[in-house]
Amino acid sequence: METRNVYLDNNAATRADEQVVRRMDLFHETDFAVASSQFSHTPGIRAKDAVEQSRETIAGSLGAGTEEIVFTSGETESNNLALFGLARGNKDKRRKRIVISAVEHFSVLHTAERLAREGYEVVKAGVDGEGFVDTDALAGLVDDRTLLVSVMHANHEVGTLQDLAAVSAVAHSNGAYFHTDASYSYLQVPIDVEKTGIDLLSADANKVHGPKGSGILYVKKNVPVSKLFEGGYQEYNMRPGTENVPGIAGFGKAVEIWNDGDVRRTATLRDALKKMLTEGIEDTMINGPQDMNRRIANNLNVSFRYIEGESVVLHLDMRGIAVITGSACFSRALQASHVLLAMGFTHERAHGSIRFSPSKYTTPEDITYAYENVKEVVTRLRELSPVGTV
Amino acid sequence: MSLPYSEKVIEYFKNPKNVGEIKNADAVATEGSPACGDMVKLFLKVDPDTRVIDDIKFKSYGCASNIATASIITELAKKKSIDEAKKINWKQASEALGGLPAVKVHCAVLAVQALKTAIENYEHSKGIVKEKKPTTVDSIRKRLAHVINPLTGLDVLKVNFIKKITLAAGRAAIRVDLTSDHQFAGNIKNEIIERIEPLWDIEKVEVLFNDQAA
Repeated sequence: METRNVYLDNNAATRADEQVVRRMDLFHETDFAVASSQFSHTPGIRAKDAVEQSRETIAGSLGAGTEEIVFTSGETESNNLALFGLARGNKDKRRKRIVISAVEHFSVLHTAERLAREGYEVVKAGVDGEGFVDTDALAGLVDDRTLLVSVMHANHEVGTLQDLAAVSAVAHSNGAYFHTDASYSYLQVPIDVEKTGIDLLSADANKVHGPKGSGILYVKKNVPVSKLFEGGYQEYNMRPGTENVPGIAGFGKAVEIWNDGDVRRTATLRDALKKMLTEGIEDTMINGPQDMNRRIANNLNVSFRYIEGESVVLHLDMRGIAVITGSACFSRALQASHVLLAMGFTHERAHGSIRFSPSKYTTPEDITYAYENVKEVVTRLRELSPVGTV
Repeated sequence: MSLPYSEKVIEYFKNPKNVGEIKNADAVATEGSPACGDMVKLFLKVDPDTRVIDDIKFKSYGCASNIATASIITELAKKKSIDEAKKINWKQASEALGGLPAVKVHCAVLAVQALKTAIENYEHSKGIVKEKKPTTVDSIRKRLAHVINPLTGLDVLKVNFIKKITLAAGRAAIRVDLTSDHQFAGNIKNEIIERIEPLWDIEKVEVLFNDQAA
């Protein structure tokens, strides 16, 4: 079999679309001035216009107002700004409780844990075996002293899509704000911040064929978010510093050219791979929603029993296939995926988990190639394993 | 390819030696578990007269360094007397592989431990029985010598990482020089508990961090 390069790690980072790169080049090479006020020089105004054009495009995609979009450096900063910024801007000192789900991205989880050390009471809502937050149980955790409920829209590891309207209703009936990290669902699934009742929303350009280091925080009007560091008055005085004009322009372009047909094609490829893996390799278990329509189109997560994920990843890498695992060996903290453990899985299942994440650039040939190589690697490693065999 | 592993580790990972099981082995030992993410099982065939390891095979559940270190251990031990083989340490295994990343040194420790345990099991079956000794602060220290600080790749005792061990009525409290929000805090805590909890007279193990009171 001829080696191919098959990139299946799109939940982590996507290839920037060529049109995005061309758009960004303009603001590196030609219109490189600082985006400044309308009373400035012409190059500065051109840069400013590009920033505002992106803001309009992104605001439109969410049903938000332009003055509600704050540009950031991506998911991590957006989530930090949402949690720390609200904790700092909060005037109602009675409200000291923050409720998050147990499967949040580290940039929400660790930010909340930091707030817990600074005097907030942080409560984590559990999830079921498919990664869904139980909204009835959540309702029992949110009270009239709760400042914020933060539940991510789609999970980064298993793709589970939460019912945001239900979570929002729980938060708002107690007078709490509602934040969602939508970095993995933005554009994959339509979102209307007004209809859903969202106060704060994070999104990241790098998940939608835009550039790295570019994201937004949607801040609903009058939600008291205080900036995290000092500088100028950029981004409605919520995010100081010279605007990342190429990154912002690139993000806007990525949103402008987004095509829902690509989402459907990606889902079809994902479903084909799921069928091949579960039918062709024994003892393969799906992690996350069994109903593929209840997760984002570009996510598939499976555990191969009896073997460990880092070995699978390394063998596949040597065959040109890029995937990741929830195994402890793979993580920087040497801890198994907190998402899979929160779903009630054993460490063994987490160690054996592999995430496959296709994109619009993935072809049917890539999927067949991935399947055939995964089957070979899993078979080899199982022959080597002392677990569950003989 | 700029993987964190040496070429030798990759070579052994791709083509491990002495893989499999020995039917009617003289000794078998398993170290680690799938829950920890690392597990090595060793099989020995020992010459009853010369006490030389005639054959040794392994099976491994784990990452690349786990597979590679288990494989190299079988090569280092083969055709050695059990007394010689007992002296093989993780540094020799690591050196034979052209070095291991700091966070992966514990894999070599695990494979070495499996070899030591297999030899102990062999000796045990040949009549050298060790008595059940009560756990002491010193014996806990000795057990923790196998815990590796993932930051440095050194064992936690040598870098004064274990600040204090207290032992009373089956409860062991171990204070480590780290804050509870450190990247590796959870990992080190689990590893210490795994090492100490199996001791026959220990009921509870507590791992305390700098920011936690007793």
